[in-house]
Amino acid sequence: MKNILNTQELPFCKGCGHDLIAKSTAAALEKSGCSPLDIILVTDIGCHGIIDTSFNTHTIHGLHGRSVSLGVGISLGLNNSDKKVIVFTGDGGATIGLQHIMEAARLNINMTIVIHNNMLYGMTGGQTSGLTPQGFNTTTAPSGNTFEQYDICGLAHTAGASYISRILGIGNIADKLAEAINTNGCSVVEVIELCPGYGMKLNPKRKLAEILESSGKSEGIWTNNRLPFAVDIKEEPTSLLKNLKAIEIIDKPQLKSSYTVLLSGSAGEGVQTAANILAITAVSSGYHVTQKGSYPVTVGVGFSTAEIIISPNEILYHGMTIPDIAIITSQDGLNHSKKRINLMNNGILMIDSSLSAPQTGARVYNIDFRSIGVKSASMFSLFYFSEISKILPHAAIFKAIEQHGDAHKIPLDKIKEIFRFDVL
Amino acid sequence: MQHKENSLVLIDASRLIIEGMACAGADSFIGYPITPANLLYLYASKRFPVMLPAPDEITTLQWMAGLSAAGKLPITATSFPGFALMIESINMAFMMELPMVIILAQRLGPATGTATCGAQGDLLLLRGLISGGHQIPVICLSDFADCWNLSAKAVHIANKYRTPVVIVTSKEMVMTQRSFDINLLEEINPVNRKFYNSEQAYIPYNPENNLIPEFLPLGNQKHQVRISASTHDNKGILQHTSDQAMENTIRLDRKIIYNLDEFTYYDLIEEKKADTIIVSYDITAASAREARELLKKKNINVSLLIVKTLIPVPNIYYEILARYNKIIIAEENVNGQLGKILFGEHKHKNIINIGSIGKMVSPLEIIKEVNV
Ligand code: SF4
Repeated sequence: MKNILNTQELPFCKGCGHDLIAKSTAAALEKSGCSPLDIILVTDIGCHGIIDTSFNTHTIHGLHGRSVSLGVGISLGLNNSDKKVIVFTGDGGATIGLQHIMEAARLNINMTIVIHNNMLYGMTGGQTSGLTPQGFNTTTAPSGNTFEQYDICGLAHTAGASYISRILGIGNIADKLAEAINTNGCSVVEVIELCPGYGMKLNPKRKLAEILESSGKSEGIWTNNRLPFAVDIKEEPTSLLKNLKAIEIIDKPQLKSSYTVLLSGSAGEGVQTAANILAITAVSSGYHVTQKGSYPVTVGVGFSTAEIIISPNEILYHGMTIPDIAIITSQDGLNHSKKRINLMNNGILMIDSSLSAPQTGARVYNIDFRSIGVKSASMFSLFYFSEISKILPHAAIFKAIEQHGDAHKIPLDKIKEIFRFDVL
Repeated sequence: MQHKENSLVLIDASRLIIEGMACAGADSFIGYPITPANLLYLYASKRFPVMLPAPDEITTLQWMAGLSAAGKLPITATSFPGFALMIESINMAFMMELPMVIILAQRLGPATGTATCGAQGDLLLLRGLISGGHQIPVICLSDFADCWNLSAKAVHIANKYRTPVVIVTSKEMVMTQRSFDINLLEEINPVNRKFYNSEQAYIPYNPENNLIPEFLPLGNQKHQVRISASTHDNKGILQHTSDQAMENTIRLDRKIIYNLDEFTYYDLIEEKKADTIIVSYDITAASAREARELLKKKNINVSLLIVKTLIPVPNIYYEILARYNKIIIAEENVNGQLGKILFGEHKHKNIINIGSIGKMVSPLEIIKEVNV
């Protein structure tokens, strides 16, 4: 079997802790019996990230701080626990991509994340990182870092990774890395190491074990007894065009040109449902139809408006400046549509009797839409629309209600009583 | 496509887009919901073999890149605020040459703007998306037929040219319901994915004659695969500015332009005696089409160009437009973005921009300009 590494001359400064991590990771993979083509090494930006060319495995070198999420994508894509996804990141990448580590841990993705924590940003000049311990000297904190550091292992443990360890990057660490690599699910290893370029120079005589201890942390292993994430694959998803309720055409269009309807009320009055039923009614009566809704981002309060265009010809532009008929069931609806009602020179305004009609050139009808219950106000208004405009017959509306499948929510008996319908 | 039963339905374009892409062979959807792309997300959750909800849009794109590198064809849908977060990662996927499709449903900006109001305000952003000025294919949907056909084509383009592709649309297209006969939909061919299968060592960025390197997923048992977002040579090995690496970076720019003819999509109606041409795209295409029909009824002949391949700009657009004395460009923004992409910042007397924000451009606004 091919070696995992293609060279022992790694591209780091002499004495850099990354050297030990790379060689130990390779040794751990070899010990675990992995062949290079079963391994995908995902690297980040930072000195440790240039290691990929020294590996005989598959390699992918991505963006700063994103190697963990890129690795998650690869693990999900392969969905094969025989493949080892090994992600390298630094202390800088770990804070840029903190969310990615949490997500990999929460989902317990099959992968191993090796955090090269040399406690400062090596590649960019030795600045303080989010994982720099208090009192540790960096180029931007020459008399000692004053910020509290993240406990990345604690966070990964809380988030749910199967296996988390913190180890000092000295001596034989291959076995410890192998333990992580052989874990089912997400394993996170934080290796504490020193950058001779900056860390060692700025903190002469300090030893790794002492630095770790004085930061209040220790080496250790933490586990969560969880199953690894498995991708749920739908074997035969149903076409989105299957099981659509086709609309039967039961009539010929009477209108010669397009007719525009504005339904405007409050959330909870069934405006969008009524609009949909009106649209189905119009289609079944042989028309081309467009239906668009408008409401604030909070769908449960405020105005709810729908615009329906009914046309004997194909509809291209589906905008509506001035409607042919405006149906207003509440104050919210009136406020939202007042400008357009003002602009109406003719046409019809049907407005709930509790409201006073704004200035308009439309013919005004005051109707108690809310008498059968606020929730059905908009639906109720469709029957008055049918009575007054004579465009769509009551029978077609009833049929559309049946088709829409919401018939049980509408007090059809009351409606029939009020209009003395003799249908169905 | 023949559906046995009665086929007249009331549907929105989001459904056609997602179904079209699934039929074309897109197999996974990663996303984070955002208005007005929520219907796309909802349908995708029912339709794609793999659907994974990501915790944010950076993660979305990174997961997609991972899936793509592992041999999947991933899709996402978003709007500007989410798209903005994806940009660095789209650059990564472009550099790595990973196939994927990002649906951008435009809404009114800047920033969070108005989530439930449409707009066509992101075209200039799309043109400047890639550092270095490289271009990724941007395909725009002008009607329900495009939502079906071109969404599927986008999957083919992503696969064939090893690139992220953006489908650009907008709120009024993806959230409006229309009566529609689904029997009118044409059959969609799924992509025929071909991976490198020679015995010789795989060179991941070694281009073929069409400047596209053959693809091989990470994790395969036969050849080592190296992928990189940093400047790299054809072996995927990081370089500073070596000749080979610069050649590769230039190739990335050229490969899209070189193959542009194969994904140039537009509708053109030319009237013999017309002196004026209306140009539009996305949701405003409907107004432009209606304006032309209304004018024709009054015996006023104008030509119409609906552009669908927005980026890179195909040369044929200039050949068409050169035949007219007056060019009217209609789009839902206030700075004439398509005009700027086509003709730069310089104002030409014979080029008229019609714009609007907060509402769609109406056919009457276009007709007014034709009649001036
Ligand atoms: S700068 Fe520091 S972290 Fe980077 S290679 Fe040199 S010693 Fe290692």
